[in-house]
Amino acid sequence: MKIAAAAGGGLFLGFNWSNSTALPVVVDAKKIAAGSITFNSYLSIGTDNIITIVSPNPEIGQGIKTAFPMVVAEELDADWKQVKTVQGNLDTGIFERQVTGGSGAVPHSWERLRKAGATARHLLIEAAAAGWKVPVAECTTENGKVLHKGSGKSLSYGELAEAASKLTAPKEVKLKSEKDFKLIGQSVRNVDNNNIATGKPLFGLDVYREGMLFAVIQRPKAFGLKLKSVNAEAAKAMPGIVDVVTFDNSVAVVGKSTWQVKKAKDVLKIEYEKAADLESSEDHNRIFKQLLDNGEATVRRKDGDVEAAFKNAAKVIKSEYQCPFLPHSPLEPMNFFAHVREDGVELVGPTQTPERARTEVAKLLGMAPEKVTVEITRQGGGFGRRLAADFVLEAANVSRLVKAPVKVIWTREDDMTGGIYRPAVRYRFEAALDKSGELIGYKLRGVGMNSGNSTREDNFPSGAVDNLLIDSVEHKSPITTGPWRAPITNFLAYAEQSFLDEVAEAAGKDPVEFRLALLEKAKKSPAGEIKYDIDRMIAVIKLAAEKSNWGKKKGVYQGFSVYFSHRSYVAQVGEVVITKGKPSLKNIIAAVDCGIVINKSGSLQQVRGGVVDGLGHAMFGNMTFKEGAPDQNNFNGFRLIRMNEIPEVDVHFVDNGISPTGLGEPALPPAGGAVANAFYKATKQRLRNQPFINEDAFKGIS
Amino acid sequence: MALLKLTINNRAYDTDVEGDTPLLWVLRDNLGLVGTKYGCGIAQCGACTVHLDGKAVRSCVLPVSAVGKAKVTTIEGLSEKGDHPVQKAWDEVDVAQCGYCQAGQIMTAAALLKEKPKPTDEEIVSGMSGNICRCGTYHRIREAVKVAASKPN
Repeated sequence: MKIAAAAGGGLFLGFNWSNSTALPVVVDAKKIAAGSITFNSYLSIGTDNIITIVSPNPEIGQGIKTAFPMVVAEELDADWKQVKTVQGNLDTGIFERQVTGGSGAVPHSWERLRKAGATARHLLIEAAAAGWKVPVAECTTENGKVLHKGSGKSLSYGELAEAASKLTAPKEVKLKSEKDFKLIGQSVRNVDNNNIATGKPLFGLDVYREGMLFAVIQRPKAFGLKLKSVNAEAAKAMPGIVDVVTFDNSVAVVGKSTWQVKKAKDVLKIEYEKAADLESSEDHNRIFKQLLDNGEATVRRKDGDVEAAFKNAAKVIKSEYQCPFLPHSPLEPMNFFAHVREDGVELVGPTQTPERARTEVAKLLGMAPEKVTVEITRQGGGFGRRLAADFVLEAANVSRLVKAPVKVIWTREDDMTGGIYRPAVRYRFEAALDKSGELIGYKLRGVGMNSGNSTREDNFPSGAVDNLLIDSVEHKSPITTGPWRAPITNFLAYAEQSFLDEVAEAAGKDPVEFRLALLEKAKKSPAGEIKYDIDRMIAVIKLAAEKSNWGKKKGVYQGFSVYFSHRSYVAQVGEVVITKGKPSLKNIIAAVDCGIVINKSGSLQQVRGGVVDGLGHAMFGNMTFKEGAPDQNNFNGFRLIRMNEIPEVDVHFVDNGISPTGLGEPALPPAGGAVANAFYKATKQRLRNQPFINEDAFKGIS
Repeated sequence: MALLKLTINNRAYDTDVEGDTPLLWVLRDNLGLVGTKYGCGIAQCGACTVHLDGKAVRSCVLPVSAVGKAKVTTIEGLSEKGDHPVQKAWDEVDVAQCGYCQAGQIMTAAALLKEKPKPTDEEIVSGMSGNICRCGTYHRIREAVKVAASKPN
């Protein structure tokens, strides 16, 4: 093992997390001491007993910067009070999957993190045992110390670090039994709480450098337009303006302060010309209906003989559900710092995909990727928007053109009108019931905008219905789209769970019993391949029903919803009461199976936040277009949920000991269905389109 | 450009900016006080909330020329050691997810509690509903305000 001495005399045990054997890596102590970390993932133990753990994945509010180090500290038996966590920068040499997306960070890294901690613990024990001349098996660890019961001796990890770092790391190391976890499963506070509450510079927008210029960018005001001509004379004459530069279809105003460039942008005289159709929301509504009937569909899944099932059905239920485009609206708008030099590029800012940022910038500039560094800041939300690299490319382009370090800032208006939205979708569901109310046929067709496959063909109820057809049609829109928290399922789950509620009612069955019967059927006689865990789904359904006292509450109208996404299972019960003749959403009970819960506090909030996000956007979220231009451009036109609009959210986790399966997204998809189904129970009116607030059933209520 | 004298967090600052510049951008771009956040620029989200003579204001729509002799308090100056009851409650309740809106939430809550040391649940909700939290930490914000109100200031 390589050793590097820190300025303060500490020693570092470096571990390569991307490698399952936890091979040692070289760490540069001077850089650590200077707080300028430009290398890899590591675990370091100082002689002062301070343990430093790097978290390589971007922190966007999902709590990874707290959860990752908890896992390492658990296996290390570290004293959490002496653990410091550090955000890692991009380093593809030693990290894998430095991405925040798909609720995948914890499932991907769970074992790697545990091995990193366990390997260090093993070495510390070996070092202590050798010094005491006692068998390794007689030594135990606790709270950052190695103990020998027989002699009563103990040494702290700091005291052992040097000796331990000279030993060879084992290839295999035994991990703890889950029942012995002390830290995992506890409530640990966000490691950045103090920095956040005292206003420390943490976020991309907080990056300021000597000589840095500020830039705002005018992009085409409508999707489908391209740049024709620019007159920047007036803008250039404004105070503080250094330059106005043009690239692609963008005009960047560069200057000495945010306010100066923002004001100068407003006096740009730009002419555009049409490059594609300028679509309006009415066009989308028409296109959806046409494509549902006559579109060229791609078959996603086909089981049995669906035509025969519908022909022989005693009852057919058919419904359509539609949602609008949505901006992501992270509260920190898009921004990035770039300094393009002859010999390389420095990038700093909020990105969910630092490697993509580097690759795309290197490609743009014709540079080797190794010459591009990416420093990852804390991020004021992401929701999928920061998976793209458009704003990073903009910063690189502007810095290249003005030959200076530049921070590109998007105003809220830029952020909302700048594209890459959750695409609008329309679904048509059809169900065939036989005389006894059994679901014998199921059809789903999705029409999406640039979404590729707008269905999730292998999700429940696939596998539980003998005759099933799921297909999709796509419309290519000039309006740019991209992943939005729980892509596709953020709306599909609501539509499907709402439709299943309709089917259960038509079949004369209780919605919970109806779902459970389908799952039992899928277990006994599966139709085609089953790609979800039936037992885990049943377990969350039963837990949600139990915790909500399903069907037994007087004066409370309950709606049920359950969904499997991103490897995890979440069931929710919405509860509506009638107050002064009006329905009001009082409570949402959520039963969650995400495997082992690492941080109880963070996980609880992640579920609550996901429910609030899902509910808020289902209720209010609406982005419309007129001739290619968004009608909404800030929070006065685009409504986000506020404190006075939230229900209580009770969260219950399934304790099944399964390795963690992800939690950044799975709580969001079922929320809309639980609410809409409860609303139906209370009012006998279905909500089939989002936002709910624009539905006729809602008029005059809120 | 105009030479302005400002009192921020009990310290005197001189700054040379155009008078229509919102206080938010003077704090961030000119004075290095970046704890106050930009969210919307139109007083809709509350991320930029600071205190002007103890009252919560939206610094994104307050021209710096209008500040005059009023005392400005930002998140950096809410307490010397980050131990204002509201800041402590935010940690105790573990409010933050991404954390971006929380400086504004804390400043709004601190001003609310100054005016109403023992607010009712309704007063907390109406006092805090002007601030957006995109992560949806509203339950914990509400709880943290209650925790802060329960402690001696």
